[in-house]
Amino acid sequence: MTINPYLPLEAEVIERIQETPTIVTLRLRLTDPDARHRFYCSPGQFNMLYLYGVGEVPISIKSGPQSFLDQTLLLDHTIRAVGRVTRALVELQPGARLGVRGPYGRGWPLKEAQGKDVHVITGGLGCAPAVSMVHELVKQRGRFGRISVVQGVKHADDLIWREQYEHWAKQPDTQVLLAADQPDATWRWHQGMVTGLLDQLTLNPDRSIAMLCGPEPMMRASAERLIELGLEPEQIWLSMERNMQCAIGHCGHCQFGGAFVCKDGPVFNYPQVRELLGVRGF
Amino acid sequence: MEIPGYLPREQLQALLERLQQQGYRCVGPRVREGAMVYDDINHADQLAVGYTQTQEPGHYRLKAGSTVRQFAWANGPQALKPLTFAPREELWCAQEQPDGSLKFHPAATDYEPVAVIGVRACDLAALRLQEQHFLDSCADPQFAVRRRSLFLIAVNCTHPAQTCFCASTGDGPEVDQDCDLSLYETDEGFFVSAVSPAGQQLALTLPLEHGDAELFKQACAEVTRAGEAQVRRVPAKNLRDSLFAQLDHPRWKEVAERCLSCGNCTQVCPTCFCHSETSVPSVDGHQTTHQRQWDSCFSPGHSYIHGITLRKETEQRYRQWLTHKFGSWHDQYGRSGCVGCGRCISWCPVGIDPTEELDVICTDVTGRPE
Ligand SMILES: Cc1cc2nc3c(=O)[nH]c(=O)nc-3n(C[C@H](O)[C@H](O)[C@H](O)COP(=O)(O)OP(=O)(O)OC[C@H]3O[C@@H](n4cnc5c(N)ncnc54)[C@H](O)[C@@H]3O)c2cc1C
Ligand code: SF4
Ligand code: SF4
Ligand code: FES
Repeated sequence: MTINPYLPLEAEVIERIQETPTIVTLRLRLTDPDARHRFYCSPGQFNMLYLYGVGEVPISIKSGPQSFLDQTLLLDHTIRAVGRVTRALVELQPGARLGVRGPYGRGWPLKEAQGKDVHVITGGLGCAPAVSMVHELVKQRGRFGRISVVQGVKHADDLIWREQYEHWAKQPDTQVLLAADQPDATWRWHQGMVTGLLDQLTLNPDRSIAMLCGPEPMMRASAERLIELGLEPEQIWLSMERNMQCAIGHCGHCQFGGAFVCKDGPVFNYPQVRELLGVRGF
Repeated sequence: MEIPGYLPREQLQALLERLQQQGYRCVGPRVREGAMVYDDINHADQLAVGYTQTQEPGHYRLKAGSTVRQFAWANGPQALKPLTFAPREELWCAQEQPDGSLKFHPAATDYEPVAVIGVRACDLAALRLQEQHFLDSCADPQFAVRRRSLFLIAVNCTHPAQTCFCASTGDGPEVDQDCDLSLYETDEGFFVSAVSPAGQQLALTLPLEHGDAELFKQACAEVTRAGEAQVRRVPAKNLRDSLFAQLDHPRWKEVAERCLSCGNCTQVCPTCFCHSETSVPSVDGHQTTHQRQWDSCFSPGHSYIHGITLRKETEQRYRQWLTHKFGSWHDQYGRSGCVGCGRCISWCPVGIDPTEELDVICTDVTGRPE
């Protein structure tokens, strides 16, 4: 954390990985070695990336080649080009400089997950915060029980990192369930919504933790279904997204009821957000 | 009861001089475009005198020459807020070096000290809330320096407006803390009560007369009556659960039919903290400044996330504002975000009154039928 909480640190693009036509992973390194060694983060946390003269946006931290357990000296950010800032960010080439502020927010509850079965349930395209977490679970495999990855997409093409899922599916004690609303000819998984897959989960309610990420109606439906299947609301965690300008609880844009998503989240325990999740206008 | 020293009105200039000698820029109430605002005061003669006011929903009017007093009115559109949280300011600037690297510089914070004459109890309560918000574990450096540079001379209200309801929120009209000096106005002058150590120091240098006990009792009674005379009130201090239990109340739609979504209420509110940030490039392209400016939950961009505006409709924006201000503030800061100043009532172009909306919406508290 910088002394002046608004001031970015300079970072350099070390590598640029084109994941799909609109999704790019930027591998960044803070240029100040001291700052680099002071930078501790965990999956689910995010940085504010500042593109010179254009603006600042929140982007989740996907660990670099190392695990989050080692120090994350390289910071991967997987960015989908959707608007003004992200479209310009994905064009950055190795050597380019940008600003980084962070890490911010509360990440996934990896401590609570230790020794438990972990169910990662995601929807929508390129759910970077969840994917980074699965990577992390796999890197620290021995610390957790069974792992399941449940991912739903609209079109089959929306699934990025398809080989990654195929690879995870072959790991011991790992269950991968995929669903596409609109499958293509090569789709050999479930057709329909992600919630339709939850009944197929090998679920031991007394030693499970669920982590959800994706569109809010999907998260709400999944959480409620998991509760019907025997999970306590406290065993469910989810990652929220709101407009963010400051990332430190000052600008007010990310408020969700009484919560500041930037500092009280983005990962919340379900009971904290259950009251308002899915209520239009919050 | 200890009787504070008395400063005859014609000695107000001495107070100003002491402040100026200590290096303070003095601001106090002056009339600008028909409204009372805080503006620079170089001489005590420049302080507004003789004004009273009427405030009602959507209505604010000053009347000159109707009293000998200087503070026989309640408040103007402006609170203390712009003095600590500037409407627009630079946070930092970035410079691109010839080799493509970037240098970031924080904005300067060498603000001059400011003494404010005529601060009201509601505005002090709002300042406390802004401190809770901006001086948390990620303290805002600009707010912090500005706050430290303030010397606050409060006045106890004797003439609340029809729109004031600080007595019901517990924030006024008497001033008891968080300022440096607190004044009680009488027809001929002021009782000067020192609240902070800095205030005590300054009071020692003033030509104070021995205060008359009977006169002071009357001055205090005026303030008590000012609280009792208020006609508006909140149905309860904590409406969090009442409001969140009524998210589908038909009244939200009704109020949205009148609300212009202009955000005036949030601009005049002394506790609203929302702001947005933008990057402003210099003409030569080698520097950009990162600025923040006040924003409002009534603006379309406030709830925007790529491709969707979460609060498209006025109904949702008004509900966000009211449930936050009177509801979820309790979750965030342990109390309501409203200090009862009534500005949002007077400065709403269509005269929407949140106390009236709350009365209708929070039926469990008010006990009224829908
Ligand atoms: C905690 C968090 C983590 C995120 N992680 C990722 C990630 O790993 N990868 C990724 O591709 N995207 C991520 N996003 C979404 C990403 O921040 C937005 O896509 C991005 O802000 C859009 O900016 P833009 O200028 O390109 O779009 P525009 O549509 O032009 O948006 C204009 C401005 O609105 C604000 N804004 C718009 N959408 C969002 C949004 N979804 N969230 C917050 N502010 C927004 C920003 O200030 C933005 O500059 C994350 C969002 C949050 C809140
Ligand atoms: S909500 Fe209205 S009455 Fe309450 S503090 Fe804000 S402006 Fe004043
Ligand atoms: S709300 Fe209370 S303290 Fe504020 S101006 Fe009105 S009477 Fe004075
Ligand atoms: S992003 Fe500014 S308050 Fe959360």
